[in-house]
Amino acid sequence: MTTIVYVPRDSAARSVGADEVAVALTAEAARRGDDIRIVRNGSRGLLWLEPLVEVDVDGTRVAYGPVAADDVAGLLDAGLLRGGEHALRLGPTDELAWLSRQDRVTFARVGIIDPLDLVDYESHGGLVGLRVAVALPPQDVVTAVADSGLRGRGGAGFPAGRKWQTVLDAPGTTKYVCCNADEGDSGTFADRMLMEGDPFTLLEGMAIAGLATGATRGYIYLRSEYPDACDILRSAIEIGRAAGWLGPSVLGSGRAFDVEVRVGAGSYICGEETAMLDSLEGKRGMVRAKPPLPALEGLFGKPTVVNNVLTLGSVPAVLADGAESYAARGMGRSRGTQVFQLAGNIRQGGVVETAFGITLRELVEDFGGGTVTGRPVRAVQVGGPLGAYLAPSQLDLPMDYEAFAAEGAMVGHGGVVVHDDSADMAGLARFAMEFCAEESCGKCTPCRVGSVRGVEVIDKITAGVDRRANLVLLQDLCELMTEGSLCAMGGLTPGPVRSALAHFPEDFGLTPEEVAQ
Amino acid sequence: MSTTTAGTHATWSDDRAADLTRSLAGLPGPLLEVLHALQREFGYVDPRAVPVVADVLNLSRAEVHGVISFYTDFRTTPTAPRSVQICRGEACQAVGAEALVAHASDRLGCDVGGTSSDGRTDLRQVFCFGNCALGPTASVDGRLHGRVTPDRLDALMLDSAEGTA
Repeated sequence: MTTIVYVPRDSAARSVGADEVAVALTAEAARRGDDIRIVRNGSRGLLWLEPLVEVDVDGTRVAYGPVAADDVAGLLDAGLLRGGEHALRLGPTDELAWLSRQDRVTFARVGIIDPLDLVDYESHGGLVGLRVAVALPPQDVVTAVADSGLRGRGGAGFPAGRKWQTVLDAPGTTKYVCCNADEGDSGTFADRMLMEGDPFTLLEGMAIAGLATGATRGYIYLRSEYPDACDILRSAIEIGRAAGWLGPSVLGSGRAFDVEVRVGAGSYICGEETAMLDSLEGKRGMVRAKPPLPALEGLFGKPTVVNNVLTLGSVPAVLADGAESYAARGMGRSRGTQVFQLAGNIRQGGVVETAFGITLRELVEDFGGGTVTGRPVRAVQVGGPLGAYLAPSQLDLPMDYEAFAAEGAMVGHGGVVVHDDSADMAGLARFAMEFCAEESCGKCTPCRVGSVRGVEVIDKITAGVDRRANLVLLQDLCELMTEGSLCAMGGLTPGPVRSALAHFPEDFGLTPEEVAQ
Repeated sequence: MSTTTAGTHATWSDDRAADLTRSLAGLPGPLLEVLHALQREFGYVDPRAVPVVADVLNLSRAEVHGVISFYTDFRTTPTAPRSVQICRGEACQAVGAEALVAHASDRLGCDVGGTSSDGRTDLRQVFCFGNCALGPTASVDGRLHGRVTPDRLDALMLDSAEGTA
């Protein structure tokens, strides 16, 4: 009998040797005459245990990890194919507390299925949402998304249903769905994992968006740093077309929707939605002033739905299980689940999908297990390079858009980057300005020039040059960038700078009293 | 194929560049796709591409030049045979990316953004490969590696040198 062995093809797993493990398994099993079939699945999200190998033992998946190629012979000796005991054996995957404590909706199939096996996809609930959407009038689909409470997962948290409604109501026959897959924020990788581990879900979500708004063409704007995701998405699109749920007649409905992947070229600002649209049009990725809203005048001047990967990837579940089911999760106006990503100096990094409302402490300490260096946590940056640095005293904040905003922080994309007590917070504040200077599109002065001046002023403060006067200047500059920038790049860069100043003044050679003045 | 540029890339040719451009000219907003195609073919986007592409796509030279210079990925000079890219995002910084960059810079005898003293390796910084739970992350010759220590980077660079020399 053939034993199925899962070895992830996720690029994080590959970065620590998953390909070598798959090769070793194939060779060693052949040598022994063991009949195995290796499925290259997505990652289960326990990234510190990658490469995480799973064996199907009578329908139960048993996990081993982290497995190196050198471990393979010993594992087979220990009866890997029957779930045998071994130092690397973790037990049945679904019983691992790290997974069983999660509530996986958007990531329900990631790591479970073969990413490019449409039969596997459908047998795990795939295409149910699209079938529901095809049978409904467009307005009902938009209403379902609105009722679910789903908000943009790219960081801004704008209600997806309201955006879709604007596009549906916009006049015109040419409309677009653009998926923002320019996941450039350090500490975020859930978009990549979904695209690599369950690409059909994203495509299904885009097709639903197309049916709901009358758009017939979709683009995925994918960053060039994700070559594996690009290959998988392009293959998945071909498979979707061949199966008839992408193309001229979605599931035989007579309504067209097709998708194309466009690859970016190493520009962070192209993750800003209007810069992304310019880039998709083949131009420099320059931020546009709003209004006009992209929903009315977006790609090539046409009404356009612009949503992040996880937003669109959550839509199939909303349609399949109903808006109420999705909205039943979460807290306040943050409904549903968020896919949190634990990164940086963390012992157990990976993906935690759970309802909004979980505290940062639960994520960092319970799931994350603290720092990988074993030193105390000093600062946690949530929401990417533009997110505030939070101090250990703020770890009990619930993950909720509004609760974070009240603290001057942001949930953003759900990326959580942990730093231990060796972190130089003045250096990280300087880096925030340096990064902004490097990646600014240059259209508005507060961002383009302000960031350069920000680096200089921070350097003067840390060098002890006229500290007080320069601190006033820095705070003034932060206010100007916040209020005067055209988009979130310049507008939010002061976030990490101000929070570093507020919580860690000693790193700048300042006292709390000086900063508070 | 000629050998004036690295690896398996073709030598620059205006005619070939024009053909490639024409083959993609029908796409909506084709310029980025064209530049990616040129870079795949030649390993870089020669400044001679500007008038060729502008002519085929009916754009101004300023527009084409502006796009090439805006995006980090597009190179206007031939690249070295080997490449080392190191992530400098915050998550990788939290586990020692800066020390790794300093080490690579020291080993290769060049700054980030430069080419090693022997002309064989380009050293680049990248802001995030999406491998933030397994940093520091580096890519050597396009292959991603997680949890890269300075010693591990040395070994990877040695493998690269032996593999393609």
